[in-house]
Amino acid sequence: MGRRVLVVCIVVGLMAAGAPLLPAYPLTLLTQALIAAILAMSLDLLLGYTGLPSLGHAAYFGVGAYAVAILATERQVGFAGCLAAGLVAAAVTAALFGLLAIRATGTYFLMITLALGMVVWGLAFRWVSLTKGDNGIAGVPRPELGLPWGLWGALPFFYFALIAAIVAWALLELLVHSPFGLGLEGIRESESRMRALGYNVWLHKYLAFVLSGTLAGFAGVFWAYYNGFVSPVDVQLVTSVETLLMVALGGPGTLLGPAAGAAIIIFLKNFVSVYTKRWLLILGAVYIGAILFAPRGLAGALGRGRR
Amino acid sequence: MTGEFWIAQTFNGLSYGALLFLLASGLSLIFGVMRIVNLAHGSYFMLGGYVGLSVVWRTGSFVGALVAAGIAVGLIGIGMERIFLRRLSGQTLGQVLMTIGFALIFQDLALLIWGGDPYTIPVPAPLQGVVRLGLSTFPTYRIFIVLVALVIGILLWLALERTRAGAMIRAAVDDAEMARGVGINVPVISLAVFALGACLAALGGVIGGAFLGVYPGADFEVLPYAFVVVIVGGLGSLPGAMVGSLLVGLLDNYGKALFPELSYFTLFAPMALILALRPTGLFGRA
Repeated sequence: MGRRVLVVCIVVGLMAAGAPLLPAYPLTLLTQALIAAILAMSLDLLLGYTGLPSLGHAAYFGVGAYAVAILATERQVGFAGCLAAGLVAAAVTAALFGLLAIRATGTYFLMITLALGMVVWGLAFRWVSLTKGDNGIAGVPRPELGLPWGLWGALPFFYFALIAAIVAWALLELLVHSPFGLGLEGIRESESRMRALGYNVWLHKYLAFVLSGTLAGFAGVFWAYYNGFVSPVDVQLVTSVETLLMVALGGPGTLLGPAAGAAIIIFLKNFVSVYTKRWLLILGAVYIGAILFAPRGLAGALGRGRR
Repeated sequence: MTGEFWIAQTFNGLSYGALLFLLASGLSLIFGVMRIVNLAHGSYFMLGGYVGLSVVWRTGSFVGALVAAGIAVGLIGIGMERIFLRRLSGQTLGQVLMTIGFALIFQDLALLIWGGDPYTIPVPAPLQGVVRLGLSTFPTYRIFIVLVALVIGILLWLALERTRAGAMIRAAVDDAEMARGVGINVPVISLAVFALGACLAALGGVIGGAFLGVYPGADFEVLPYAFVVVIVGGLGSLPGAMVGSLLVGLLDNYGKALFPELSYFTLFAPMALILALRPTGLFGRA
């Protein structure tokens, strides 16, 4: 625990100190990576710590993002209101979907979360009067926090996202080391044993699912503000698949691994797009390569693995 | 809402369900034997449609398109199973993740080869037109789809229940370890079932290509439908795939006709209901 906090402090310190020296483009990539890291860490709570492979995580991310986009553009709701609405919307969606998904394990869980994620995609795509359909919702303003400087610049927003990522990481770190988090790991290793020990396995999994979805919504809120534009692309299957790869690539059950995985995928995606439009091809190849050659992710390949 | 409307929608749902059966039966059988869910199954559907399209363009033969798509995609399935998935045998999550990788690659390759425009496979001349029955008219092609699914369903059922190979598949579905113990070559069975599933999905792609069209993204759009079918019917069960396809096809059509804005949401209802009442699906076993 101590060493991990130290690593985070060093990385955050370097990023915070180095950011003013960076040009705008790398800075926006770093901002994207931070938001993706929140999303990946939220999925890690499910996949890595609870052993539930969700393939519909873009749904909660998207619900959070759409909540902000709709409220901020049509009702001019401020940051606090949008944040609360985004979190609540994601939490409610996860609470509803969790009731269905938590009944299943393994492959079934994966299929159900995928189908539920596609339901949200379908709503984003076809419920035109609410979501503007395929056109998406443009013109989401950056939030006014009442600070002496605005968040329209790349640098202030980077710090904003950095703080959000630190908050998300700290919450998750506390959560996974709490008795509740250890209970989740126990369920991952052996559900029947935890049940025999008197744990309420269903409730543990359900709460993990809702918390994970809510945090994904938290990432979605920042994404809507960062991008200024929310569309069905944000809730599509490929977004869920990318998120799953971030976790698998970084090393499930390590939090910092998936955060690093998120940064790798974001940088790779933007780097590749300079040269070719074949991002999905490369993403697929990275997927297959990662599973064949680093099945426990980078954290596993670096020899640390699980504690 | 006249009776006419309900008859037409019921028939449309029936034919859509028939198409879903081609997709879901393979998905379900593959799961039964290998315990994995193949996320590239929608890709087989899409690739089948594209291969069929190319063959129809060159030769004008619909039958040729069916044969070529079935063989080509069946071979892709064999390659995927034999070269990649088998390396990870026993690691379910790894195998599933790998099929996602393939799904992404297939989607992008299809975009690279066939471009981004949507196409429709022309309906062969003898199947064009409508059949009149009383006051209602039914498109001949949709009747053809229902018949094809029915024939394939019966053939699959006979093959599984009445042949030696079918008995071996059923043994592998019930208990792969015991099947291996009594001398059944389970890896060969897995390969054959995987190829058969891919082939059926490709046939579905060609047949569906004539009324849903062939377009980029069709793979990920049809995949959740196939999933909901097997979730409702129960994984690994052929009757389950049949009943599930019908239910999902019908409900989806009613939903689309009555609530166009919420159309995808109609998938949610049958799934929620079944999961609440029978988590393993109508015909599934725990």
